[in-house]
Amino acid sequence: MNYRAVRAIYLFEMARTWRTLLQSIVSPVVSTSLYFVVFGAAIGSRISQVEGVSYGTFIVPGLIMLSVLTQSIANASFGIYFPKFTGTIYEILSAPISYFEIVLGYVGAAATKSIILGLIILATAGLFVPLHIHHPVWMLAFLVLTAVTFSLFGFIIGIWADGFEKLQMIPMLVVTPLTFLGGSFYSIDMLPPAWRTVALLNPVVYLISGFRWSFYEIADVSMAVSIGMTTAFLVICLVVIWWIFRTGYRLKN
Amino acid sequence: MSSIISVANLSKTYGSGFKALNNVNLDINRGEIFALLGPNGAGKTTLISIICGIANPSEGKVLVGGENIQTSYRKARSLIGLVPQELHTDAFESVWATVSFSRGLFGKPKNPDHIEKVLKDLSLWDKKDSKIITLSGGMKRRVMIAKALSHEPQILFLDEPTAGVDVELRKGMWEVVRTLQQSGVTIILTTHYIEEAEEMADRIGVINKGEIVLVEDKATLMQKLGKKRLTLHLQGKLDALPESLRHYELDLCDGGATLVYDYDTKGERTGITSLLGDLRTAGIRFNDLDTTQSSLEDIFVDLVRAS
Repeated sequence: MNYRAVRAIYLFEMARTWRTLLQSIVSPVVSTSLYFVVFGAAIGSRISQVEGVSYGTFIVPGLIMLSVLTQSIANASFGIYFPKFTGTIYEILSAPISYFEIVLGYVGAAATKSIILGLIILATAGLFVPLHIHHPVWMLAFLVLTAVTFSLFGFIIGIWADGFEKLQMIPMLVVTPLTFLGGSFYSIDMLPPAWRTVALLNPVVYLISGFRWSFYEIADVSMAVSIGMTTAFLVICLVVIWWIFRTGYRLKN
Repeated sequence: MSSIISVANLSKTYGSGFKALNNVNLDINRGEIFALLGPNGAGKTTLISIICGIANPSEGKVLVGGENIQTSYRKARSLIGLVPQELHTDAFESVWATVSFSRGLFGKPKNPDHIEKVLKDLSLWDKKDSKIITLSGGMKRRVMIAKALSHEPQILFLDEPTAGVDVELRKGMWEVVRTLQQSGVTIILTTHYIEEAEEMADRIGVINKGEIVLVEDKATLMQKLGKKRLTLHLQGKLDALPESLRHYELDLCDGGATLVYDYDTKGERTGITSLLGDLRTAGIRFNDLDTTQSSLEDIFVDLVRAS
């Protein structure tokens, strides 16, 4: 195991975060605060409670997931796409480093950033609404699992993309709608039965449901199903990445 | 001399069907400067990319320091430093950070003294805290060399290292390369500047259309394939060559003011003595004469055309 190489990639990627602090951390915090103002205060004032929890408090896990998902994908996809774009990927490919170590460096850094961001948003939320986390360990476990899984997904997008447009396409056209429709701002029990069935096809529902359960012990689907679905997505991402490196897809000629 | 890189039956066919390398066999000796020459699209960069792990071979085997580049890639790659043709840099990183990153990537422990030495050798020390984006093209090129040297490689690939670099800087780089060779580093150089190969290389390989056309010691190559040219500056202009000189294949140039005679240095008889004798007999006098050796560039062009 080339630990020094993993460390080098990890620190290099983290350095990029600190260099672009405003974009990496501050801007998601600002937009989350705006969500609280708009959804929590303006709309929340008309919705008294959801499953025994005030609306403002109810949306906190969904808001964190929204940011963690999008930032995991954005960080990891940009992290690997940018060396491809600038050509500096040659150094990674010619270094004595295994594929696993490359993924560990890039995905580890992307996931770390997302987790830090999630915790910052959680702290920010605490300024707006009273929070009580019933299962902090599960909450952290879900946060880490989601950050890692979607960083892997972002890594795949970064490898697949051969232009900035493609880099933005999946997050914008697929992930953001799925997240908004995945119960970030509502319980899917609030949907008509037909739409509830459709919503269950959305993998993000399981993430948000599980994460929300760790906060308030209220969930749209059972905790076991949430963990199972998230882990299944993690495994799919790992298999795709294994295939990418085995074939050299869009990395090696 | 033991070989540090051994390429056997290496072929590369791209997905498009284009065969970039065709059954390449090549041995690079430990400690030498090897210049790989070839026209654009000949397969130079593909060959380097495969040896360094950037591209996959279709067939064949490559050993680096006795290690197979595919089955024992960690050991093989750790011996190599690569300076690619294009200026690929992390624009917003500092020189120090990017060079240190490269060392870490190759699994070496931190060594600020070594990084400092590399940067000083490449005249980059005063730029160590500068962002790469602020550097000139020549400096960026040197940063890439510094990155390649950061992990103390035994083999250095320089893919057109002086492309777009001014004459003074080019000569400075040649000095760096020579110093590296003296410290035991094997250097493989591709270049379009024939004078660069002529100046630096111990051995020369010529590649064309994916095949190695020739590998030869530079001095032997120059001797074997080199031609000399005798130019005679005549006292008076000639309208035509006299019949007695026709069999020499002379060229009458500059409106009849000079006579040019090409001869082969490897031949037993150059024909110069008899030519001078026949000129005197024919009453042709000259003010001056000079001889020139054909350059590596001439040899290269001849080889590529022949292949």
